[in-house]
Amino acid sequence: MSDTILSVRDLTKKFGAFTAVDRISFDVARGEIFGFLGANGAGKTTAMRMLCGLSYPTSGSGTVAGFDIMRQGERIKRHIGYMSQRFSLYDDLTVRENIRLYGGIYGLTRREIARRTVELLDRLDFRSEIDTLVGSLPLGWKQKLAFLVATLHRPEIVFLDEPTGGVDPLTRRQFWELIYESAAGGTTVFVTTHYMDEAEYCSRVSIMVDGRIRALGAPADLKKEFAAASMDEVFRLLAREAKRTE
Amino acid sequence: MRTLFVLLDKEVRQFFRNPFLPRMVVLFPLLVMLVIPWITTFDVRHIGVAVVDHDRSEVTARLITKIGASDYFSLFDVVDDYTSALRHLEAGEVDAILEIPSGFGRGLELGTPERVTISANGVNAVKGSAGMQYLIRVVTQTCSELQAERGIPSLADAVVVQNRYNPTLEYRNFMLPALMIMLLIMICGFLPALNLVGEKEAGTIEQINVTPVSRFTFTLAKLIPFWLVGFVVLTIAMLLAWAVYGLTPAGTIGAIALAAALFVLTMSGIGVVIANYSVNMQQTMFMMYFFVMVFVLMSGLITPVESMPEWAEWITRFLPPRYFIDIMRAVYLKGTTIAELGWNYGALALSAVIFDLWAALSYRKQA
Repeated sequence: MSDTILSVRDLTKKFGAFTAVDRISFDVARGEIFGFLGANGAGKTTAMRMLCGLSYPTSGSGTVAGFDIMRQGERIKRHIGYMSQRFSLYDDLTVRENIRLYGGIYGLTRREIARRTVELLDRLDFRSEIDTLVGSLPLGWKQKLAFLVATLHRPEIVFLDEPTGGVDPLTRRQFWELIYESAAGGTTVFVTTHYMDEAEYCSRVSIMVDGRIRALGAPADLKKEFAAASMDEVFRLLAREAKRTE
Repeated sequence: MRTLFVLLDKEVRQFFRNPFLPRMVVLFPLLVMLVIPWITTFDVRHIGVAVVDHDRSEVTARLITKIGASDYFSLFDVVDDYTSALRHLEAGEVDAILEIPSGFGRGLELGTPERVTISANGVNAVKGSAGMQYLIRVVTQTCSELQAERGIPSLADAVVVQNRYNPTLEYRNFMLPALMIMLLIMICGFLPALNLVGEKEAGTIEQINVTPVSRFTFTLAKLIPFWLVGFVVLTIAMLLAWAVYGLTPAGTIGAIALAAALFVLTMSGIGVVIANYSVNMQQTMFMMYFFVMVFVLMSGLITPVESMPEWAEWITRFLPPRYFIDIMRAVYLKGTTIAELGWNYGALALSAVIFDLWAALSYRKQA
């Protein structure tokens, strides 16, 4: 098993004349919490969708969990988890039914699903809500549930697209505790965020500006490099260069 | 296989949890089967007739009574001159004028009958031409009756018409199988299309796309529930046709079920194909309406395919409902067997395979 779980070279995505992602190259090591930062419209989601096998790269190459992102999209999907920007569990199914659906899709046995359901709900202190329709849960709970469902099948790497958008500070904190627990369990975490305090929690971060990666490194190293007091300052220095508007 | 069951379980739960869909699947066929057969009828009745009677004989009196008594006509007036009758026609008060020349009655007895004139309003072509036919029939009938009574040899009816299979030539019996098909087109075409594009709009499809689910399994899970819904709808419709209109299939239920099974798979396949190529609800609805309209108007559901221009008839060969309507009418009214309709069943089976494969292949997990 290699130490690099994700590796891309010159990854590019064009929509007509518009280059959303412009020749990005980076590696992510197994077990890392990798922060994928950038302003709105910088190309984060597009890049992430290519890594998850939802979108074909226009050019470039890369591997995720040892599979080629150009040709082996479907094989990658067995080994990854993904939580999109939009909440995407089924609102008209209960917590239990959603867990059972995704557990079944990933081929977990009935018994395994039952075991993990209990375990998952205990982690969230959520047992009483097992038969509640997901649509009637508060947003913070939904997000935590979506994260745990995305990691239900113990993927090697999980992609989180702005998982804490619109969530209160206390829930954000709890959410990051869940991320840490998963990382400690050996799952690599690839996360985009707009909160720079969250960026400080990451092992390494990259900052995208106008489709390109402008900075990459551990938060402490980046602060040194840009002579900044916080990640927030680093981000502002770089985001100011952006020419693209939303 | 297990994945398919997991997905089917999800679809069924969502269907029954929807506050609207299960009710619609029952109410829709109920309303259509109870209301539409009474109003879509080409049996023209109550044709307004004005009689211009120049003869004033016993014969014309008898003719006028007959017209007045018939359910097909409503006698508007008996007048003396054609111009005033024409005025009624122009005002839209009558649909046809029957003008009887003077000496008509006497001519009949002498065996040298005068000619009657019928003028019909052609604006409503169906009513006008039907009115003309009925009037001709009533006049010739009255004449032969009279001649027979007086022992005058008359031309015997040269043509004897016998309506086989639909003895009363009831338009309703022709329409009931077509209505069943329209129900299946609407329900089994629209529901899977709206279901799939609904998942696109809600964003839930993205979570599915990032899992290793194969597109064949996913598509199958979208087709099978509506296949079952199709049978529920058809059962309700057939029960109503029997209970309300006394129409039962002359052929076997199996022959109908097999055709319906193939046809519903085709329709759901078309729905899924359209949803796969659409981004949102509006696009799906617009495309679906287009195809539904073509299917309903061009497949022989309402007007026979044989009376279409040749190029249009050629197009109908590519419309799956055309084969289904042939089967439904033949089995329902004539009792034709599956073997005799082999070609039609083959065409439906082929279209089911084509559209369902297309549905699975046009589903893109990665764009």
